[in-house]
Amino acid sequence: MYALRRFSVRHARLMELTYAGVERALLAAAPLLDRIGHERLERPVAAVEKLVKGALFDCRMCGQCALSSTGMSCPMNCPKEIRNGPCGGVRENGNCEVKPDMRCVWVEGWDGAQRMRKGDAIKTVQFAVDRRLMGRSSWLAVVREKSAAGVDAARSESRVQATGKHTPS
Amino acid sequence: MNASAMSAEAAHQNAASAAEQPTNVPGYDEPVWPGHSSPGRLERLLRTGEFVITSELAPPDSANPADVYERAALFDGWVDAINATDGSGAHCHMGSLSVCSLLTRLGYALIQQISCRDKNRIAIQGDILGGAAMGVCNMLCLSGDGVQTGDHPEAKPVFDLDCMSLLEIARTMRDESTFQSGRKLDSAPHVFLGAAANPFVQPYDWRPQRLAKKVMAGAQFVQTQYCYDVPRLREYLRQTRELGIADKVFIIVGVGPLASARTAEWIRSNVPGVHIPDSVIKRLSGADNPKEEGIQLCIDLMQELREIPDVSGLHVMAYRQEHRVTEIVERSGVLGTRRPWHPDRYDGDTTVKKHQEEQYT
Repeated sequence: MYALRRFSVRHARLMELTYAGVERALLAAAPLLDRIGHERLERPVAAVEKLVKGALFDCRMCGQCALSSTGMSCPMNCPKEIRNGPCGGVRENGNCEVKPDMRCVWVEGWDGAQRMRKGDAIKTVQFAVDRRLMGRSSWLAVVREKSAAGVDAARSESRVQATGKHTPS
Repeated sequence: MNASAMSAEAAHQNAASAAEQPTNVPGYDEPVWPGHSSPGRLERLLRTGEFVITSELAPPDSANPADVYERAALFDGWVDAINATDGSGAHCHMGSLSVCSLLTRLGYALIQQISCRDKNRIAIQGDILGGAAMGVCNMLCLSGDGVQTGDHPEAKPVFDLDCMSLLEIARTMRDESTFQSGRKLDSAPHVFLGAAANPFVQPYDWRPQRLAKKVMAGAQFVQTQYCYDVPRLREYLRQTRELGIADKVFIIVGVGPLASARTAEWIRSNVPGVHIPDSVIKRLSGADNPKEEGIQLCIDLMQELREIPDVSGLHVMAYRQEHRVTEIVERSGVLGTRRPWHPDRYDGDTTVKKHQEEQYT
């Protein structure tokens, strides 16, 4: 929903905090999630994720969420799906060249990033989407990635944690 | 220090001293100089501090090669490299790779434009190899215009990649000799990588940052959108210098003549991304001969831009006035006494024969 999407960007800091909380909760539940099995959880979690993120961000379920690196403005709503925008076609009023009635997703994202504590993440290059992950839950993917990183870190304390190419939220 | 002493010293210091020697490129008659990415003239000129001129060839709606030759010949002797556009404005024309193919056979320096709109990463990587094999030394990585803006709005927009990922992939192919998948190439494409930049649209303070991202991804030169607002450009350049990227990328500024105040008004309200200040429209509407005034305005702009230290060259886009490009460049005097390459200097068949001998003997 366009109005709610814009609300989320205007409240990017709040979203950032909420996301950090959700992530902590999910990470705490990681052992439980492991026990149930990620494959069994995939469909129900993806369904919830689609519902929540669909409402708040017009999420397109690319499966590799980059919201924390895009000022809480979903880049998949860009008609060119640019993961590193904005393109050179932004109109004088800040709207999209392809959809003249829509604010440019990346003009919004730049606003959002400035409201966030870790908004600088918008300055890192996001690589192209892995199309195989379309429709899958990126929350579960984050749990897998971060809890694996956590285990590694525990094994060798001196090692710097690698966060991977994407900065999922 | 002369070149041989330098390379001898490097051989001691660095096991990978091959990088310090000129590298021969299969299918190309010039080597890659040390510190260069391509064997091409454009990169050589930029790296030796010359002020360059590039222009854009409008690909024909035709299957006749003569239409391509004719359009390229309009620039002979006054342009350092020609952009072969890739369905610009999402309109159908002869493809970029084909235009490059026809013209590199005649010795022209091309900038192969690659847009992410029509092809996925499999096709694009194939085109990068193909272009380089035909002697294309420069590639411009673009996201591309949305299909909705073109003559086939019902087409499927691909956008598997964006310009940033495309730059990274092209750079990996060149520097690490692998596809994005990690699969090894037998011979890497020696290309000078470019991107587009538009300092003239919102959000202004983000634009230099975005250029920084492009440089990080692999851009070595950028060509900008039409510049009619020099103060805006100066501010942009100041910010890129603050970010520390001004010395890592060559900035070629886009210029072009406007045919009349009405055209300018039309472009301003119908072509997103082109910013034309009121003062420009006023100057055109007050002129007795708007077309000539448009040319003069372009020349004045070029002379002003020539004096800005961080501007490495100009990209002259004279849509429907391509036949006047050489006149514009000559009258502007921005090249000083230097004269770009002319096809007269090309030995054509001899070079092709030489490539074949290299391959088969």
